[in-house]
Amino acid sequence: MNEEKKLNLTVASSPHVASPIDTQNLMRDVLIALVPALIMGVVFFGPRALVATIISVVACEFFEWAYRKLMKKSCANKDLSAAVTGVLLAFVCAPTLPYWMLIIGDFFAIVVVKQLFGGLGQNFMNPALGGRAFLMLCYPVAMTTWIVPGIGADKWAGLISGEVTMAGADIVTGATPLSADFMHGGLLPEASLLDAFVGNVGGCIGEVSALMLLLGGLYLIWRGVIRARIPVAYIATVAVLTFAFPMGGNDRLTWMLYQLCTGGLMLGAFFMATDYVTSPVTKKGEVIFGIGCGLLTVFIRYFGGYPEGVSYSILIMNCCVWLIDKVGKPNRYGVTKEMKAAAKAKAKAGKEG
Amino acid sequence: MKQSFYGGVHPHDRKELARHKEIAPLSAAPKQVVIAMSMHIGAPCKPIVAVGDHVKVGQKIGEIAGLGAPIHASVSGEVKAVEPRPYVGGGKCMSVVIENDFQDTWGSELVPHADYTKLSADEIVNIVKEAGITGMGGAGFPTHVKISSGIGKVDTVILNGAECEPYITADHRLMLEHGEKVIGGLRILLQAFGLKNGVIGVEENKEDAIEHLRALVGGRGDVTVESLRTRYPQGAEKQLIQRITGREVPPGGLPAHVGCAVFNVGTAAAVYDAVVEGKPVTHRVITVTGDAIQDPKNLMVPLGVSFQTLIDEAKGFKEEPERILTGGPMMGIAQYDLDVTCIKGTNAVLCLTKHEAAPVVEEEVCLRCGRCVNVCPMHLTPVYMHLYAEKGMWKEAEALNVMDCIECGSCNYICPARIHLVQSFRVTKGELRNLAAKEKAAKEAAKA
Repeated sequence: MNEEKKLNLTVASSPHVASPIDTQNLMRDVLIALVPALIMGVVFFGPRALVATIISVVACEFFEWAYRKLMKKSCANKDLSAAVTGVLLAFVCAPTLPYWMLIIGDFFAIVVVKQLFGGLGQNFMNPALGGRAFLMLCYPVAMTTWIVPGIGADKWAGLISGEVTMAGADIVTGATPLSADFMHGGLLPEASLLDAFVGNVGGCIGEVSALMLLLGGLYLIWRGVIRARIPVAYIATVAVLTFAFPMGGNDRLTWMLYQLCTGGLMLGAFFMATDYVTSPVTKKGEVIFGIGCGLLTVFIRYFGGYPEGVSYSILIMNCCVWLIDKVGKPNRYGVTKEMKAAAKAKAKAGKEG
Repeated sequence: MKQSFYGGVHPHDRKELARHKEIAPLSAAPKQVVIAMSMHIGAPCKPIVAVGDHVKVGQKIGEIAGLGAPIHASVSGEVKAVEPRPYVGGGKCMSVVIENDFQDTWGSELVPHADYTKLSADEIVNIVKEAGITGMGGAGFPTHVKISSGIGKVDTVILNGAECEPYITADHRLMLEHGEKVIGGLRILLQAFGLKNGVIGVEENKEDAIEHLRALVGGRGDVTVESLRTRYPQGAEKQLIQRITGREVPPGGLPAHVGCAVFNVGTAAAVYDAVVEGKPVTHRVITVTGDAIQDPKNLMVPLGVSFQTLIDEAKGFKEEPERILTGGPMMGIAQYDLDVTCIKGTNAVLCLTKHEAAPVVEEEVCLRCGRCVNVCPMHLTPVYMHLYAEKGMWKEAEALNVMDCIECGSCNYICPARIHLVQSFRVTKGELRNLAAKEKAAKEAAKA
């Protein structure tokens, strides 16, 4: 017997090497991509935006840990997926939303939407958007009260207590980008297009800066974390529809650009619709999914009861993912059109015979 | 029309370990060789020598029993045993153990044909058969069967010099150092098929080999050397055909169905050796490499030499190996016993340290990230196939064309959750084959 037989060898099925990218890596990249938007949120809405985001992350990680502990399942905190949900949920809430409401949203997102369906990979809708939809149902006023950056508001107000007193100039009822007058009536917001693009407008913490979200999205595509098909199909559909059907007698191009830069479109297209768990995996499926999201967004914005349609359009499309993937199944390798036709004819003949 | 295949991955190729090492013979002839009787796809050969017989180099010691290719002695000496021995494919395999007498007496029945242009197709097929040539790329399909079944159907002969598996440099060195044999072998194959032009596909990370082969072809212009994108699995038969001709081999079909025949460059060199020099397959080039190896090498090795000898030849380990493989890291087979010996399809002995090898971790949950779908060169949806496979829903997995899977490992490599997809599909395919066999038996029983 040779000495080398004492070697401690692993015998496993091929392949014997693996890509260095794992789940945690991917989620970390998503978090990095969200940082620019967070910075803009803090610049425009004050430190409260940062505190709210941190609270949301901590709450999500806590609920994830607590649920799995309670159910005696393996701990899954290190994959960072709960942190992503936490950031995204904070991003789609108004900066003035009391912290406790945010935490309720986190609970709904992590426990009800995600863990009750089996945890990561099993939920059929985006947890952050599910949490937002729940908050919209429960606290519609708090969720849709916007402050306009830089107007009168004391940026430090309510940082600790979590409560912001709504009074006077702080509350904006008129022409914020998310008002019904804009989306349904075609009345352009007062903010300039540049302000809307950079994010110097009223809105949710992380939604306002189209520029920063675009940067984050491009980072994710460059890193190969997400594929470009969904965001491109989504944004292109919205662009084409709003360009073709401008409202309120506005210039087509201006109207389209305002529609693209405001609301949750950029956040939704790059970060929500591309959520792995709740989006299709096939090439064709991704394009169908993106177009579907775009159509629903425009329909809700134009005709719906809510001024903003991104979150609901993505949630609705989330529910169709299995169906979409069936439609999007790639063509079988080596099967030509003639072979398909022949197989069809044969099956038909078989039925008749 | 040429087209790149869909998907694929690009692992770090690590070929720098051995790419500049010239093919060297073993520093000392092996004391003993253990020649397995199964070196090809098909039925194992029947040993035709007995204990105590004296054999010569190139003498036939295993005869075809069904689909296969004969096996020849790689050293001269006395047969010490004919018994099952550890085998690179797993388990044990009937083997002939020869003790070397270091005389190297030549005993092949093949006759050299310096001018092969006068040979007929049948004669070439016969020489290839008698020389025991099998696919040298790893799969080991008997070459004479490939030629004889393809004559008349094939319009494109492709040599596979892609060597897309990371680490391995055996084909690379062969093309550089014995390029004339590769091209000569291709011309012989073309003659057997009655064709004028052939193609050699080489990945562009072997620029020097491409230039060398092009220079060798020179003005004759009958052989085109295609530079292929470095992308795994470029060297998979179907993907190579797709890249070179734009044709897709139909499900369950063979390359001949789309008029192609693909041979490894090593196979072509073996054909040249057999026809022009009258040498059967007794040796082959093997890359001994990996970060665990002290001095990675490309070696010209007599068949039947143990992995231990090869590793010693490369000055042993400098770090503890975590896995020892035959073949490349994407499709190679893990070994647990270094007494296994090399066969015709062994292109590498790869010793990976635990830093290079895939971490042994528990599978995480599937994120549905879809990367597996994006890299699958066979247009499959591994994420859904695996869902069915996990639950034992074989028929549903079959509906997703799991049988088309070529087990290239791309999906498995890219999976961020480290799910053992290839293993899962191997099990599924095995179960489906069992089911099909059962159904067939039941049908026949019903008939009778």
